[in-house]
Amino acid sequence: MLEKVLPADGDRRIVVALAGNPNAGKTTLFNVITGLRQKVANYPGVTVERKEGHWKFAGDEVETLVIDLPGLYSLDATSTDEVIARDVIQGGMPGLPKPDIVVVVADASNLERNLYLVTQLSEFRVPVVVALTMLDIAAKQDLVINSAKLAELLGIPVVPVNVKQKIGLKELRKAVLKSAFAVGAGNDRIPATLKDESIHLSLSGDAGANAVIFERYRFISDVYQQVVQAGAHSEHPTFSEKIDRVLTHKFFGLLILVSVLLVVFQAIFSWATLPMDLLDVGFGSFGSYVGSSLPPGILTDLLVDGVIAGVGAVLIFLPQILLLFLFISILEDSGYMARAAFLLDKLMSRFGLHGKAFLPLMSSFACAIPGIMATRTIENKRDRLATILIAPFMSCSARLPVYALMIAAFFSGQSIFGFISLGAVLMLAMYSLGIAVAVLAAFVFKKTILKSPPPPFVMELPPYRLPNLRTVLQNMLSRSWLFIKRAGTIILLISMLLWGLMYFPRAASISHASPESQSAFQLEQSFAGSLGKTLEPVIEPLGFDWKIGVAIVASFAAREVLVSTLSIIYNVGDEGNEESPSLINAIRNSKRADGSKVWTPLTALSLMVFFVLAMQCMSTLAIVRRETNSWSWVIFMFGYMTVLAYCASFLTYQGGKILGFT
Amino acid sequence: MEDNRVKPINPVRAAANLAELETGMTAVVKQVKGKGPVAKRLMEMGIVPGVKVRVVKSAPFGDPIELRVRGFSLALRISEARKVEIMEKAV
Repeated sequence: MLEKVLPADGDRRIVVALAGNPNAGKTTLFNVITGLRQKVANYPGVTVERKEGHWKFAGDEVETLVIDLPGLYSLDATSTDEVIARDVIQGGMPGLPKPDIVVVVADASNLERNLYLVTQLSEFRVPVVVALTMLDIAAKQDLVINSAKLAELLGIPVVPVNVKQKIGLKELRKAVLKSAFAVGAGNDRIPATLKDESIHLSLSGDAGANAVIFERYRFISDVYQQVVQAGAHSEHPTFSEKIDRVLTHKFFGLLILVSVLLVVFQAIFSWATLPMDLLDVGFGSFGSYVGSSLPPGILTDLLVDGVIAGVGAVLIFLPQILLLFLFISILEDSGYMARAAFLLDKLMSRFGLHGKAFLPLMSSFACAIPGIMATRTIENKRDRLATILIAPFMSCSARLPVYALMIAAFFSGQSIFGFISLGAVLMLAMYSLGIAVAVLAAFVFKKTILKSPPPPFVMELPPYRLPNLRTVLQNMLSRSWLFIKRAGTIILLISMLLWGLMYFPRAASISHASPESQSAFQLEQSFAGSLGKTLEPVIEPLGFDWKIGVAIVASFAAREVLVSTLSIIYNVGDEGNEESPSLINAIRNSKRADGSKVWTPLTALSLMVFFVLAMQCMSTLAIVRRETNSWSWVIFMFGYMTVLAYCASFLTYQGGKILGFT
Repeated sequence: MEDNRVKPINPVRAAANLAELETGMTAVVKQVKGKGPVAKRLMEMGIVPGVKVRVVKSAPFGDPIELRVRGFSLALRISEARKVEIMEKAV
């Protein structure tokens, strides 16, 4: 049968575009037919994921490239996703061939709305095959669907598939090849009923556009009534509606949401600790191994202290990123994410943000990088930008060691009213400061540079589903890999640059000096040291000396590097951590030339405030560059955050002095 | 009849919209007012004249609301629900 429609020696390569509503099972189908032969990238200039894969099939030799289009409700080009899908289908996407056929995945349990996209696609001059999914769920809702009748009325092949049980994949393959090659032979499969409607497309104005939408739904309602037999139970509340009685309940819904977020938060902080420590030790010993097995010299130093240490400082956050993406994928795939946005939209919209901004901001407490990547779920560009611009104010886990060191050195053992630990209060205050500034900044941005009407909130609450393990894992891995790949190159470059700043020019070696004082001396003589000294007059009003300046410069690699840099500067060796007594003592006893102490509790507080607000993270800037596709937003972000941090620090230090604190 | 023209609110309630529909009630859509992407998206999601819509619930702070239309759940803000005019209450 199949051989008849295949050209004997002709083109045996076809391109399939995979379309479908969000939550129709498109990704699951894509993953199953392409397996691990996938390529994930982005469309040029936007952060819409571009997924391609090869659909291999035993039994025929046709090379089949599958392009997974973004999830769509319509093709009218009102959102970025729709513009891209339209371009791909019409062959207008650079670097992608025009598809020979479109497979549209339609959810049988939500057939009417899913048929809208099917109808619309049929109006394009490209063959369409419908993959009808979720028939089992439709059956549970007491809906019986006659797919043969559906195919007849639509005039296009309809193949029922059950992706999980791999039912219907062979039939889908056959239908795809048949339609793709049949058109090559000149068969126009677009039915007359739909072709007539396409005339409406030429009508201009809203009335014309609306008339087309009404016409499509009229056609769909007609088809639906002939194809679907609704049983007596079909009007009963669905499984999802029952769950939602609790999960979007006015009181319990919020309670559960807070608990879910707490679990995610807790997991990112505590479960990730062990692998992070292992990675830290791993990179450390890998560095020492490389250092000891290569001949000493600049190249070895660059490799060990620049490349391995620099990349390692960022990669130790990978466990947190993986975990966060795992949770995001589960929450998205199960359908809960939409409910979270539904519950929180009112709260978030007060600050001009979308309900969907909550999770990215929440994630940023672990690390701003996955948080910023998670803003992709926000469709509106301005709303997304506003969220990206404020995400780094959430105190990330890299700031913790900095806060911890400052508190351990100057505020430990003290309490308020005799029982509340001052350290805990300060820690909470730092987190709150970040949140308050973020909320304020979002409000200002939405009133000024990102002025736009409140983002629309027309969002489907998809049926709850057990997350598909494979989809979740693939999602998690591809996003994490994207992070490594995209941030990696820039981070590598900046790591090397920072290393160079601290390595050159070489200081003369002091005879009889301990390795610790030699490296402290080297740092002082280096460009970074000079930079710190140049910066000194500027940062003096904040209470910082040049040594702190150097540490601030170095911590640009990752905020917690401040701790290790201070260890080097204060001669306690580079193994110092935030709990090391020698480092704490060195900080407490460090003196200026005039004998006065460099560090006071006020200095520590000023530094903490600076770290809450400053854009001290090259990886975040790298990811913002990638996500916004523009250097100007990166520069703006760095600029406004640094200015804010400076002013806040200045106020803290100078205000504190006026108030008589030291 | 003279009175009716002066009064700001039309007593026939022809301008009733989805935002005014009580939770749990069903209504038939008359039209989606206005233009632009939001109105269009509402129509593309199947909110076209003649379709039945039920208000399922409202979110904790009273906004957004959840609708049931054509067998699926759709969330939208009160401000957007105002754009959807309905023919009558209680079907």
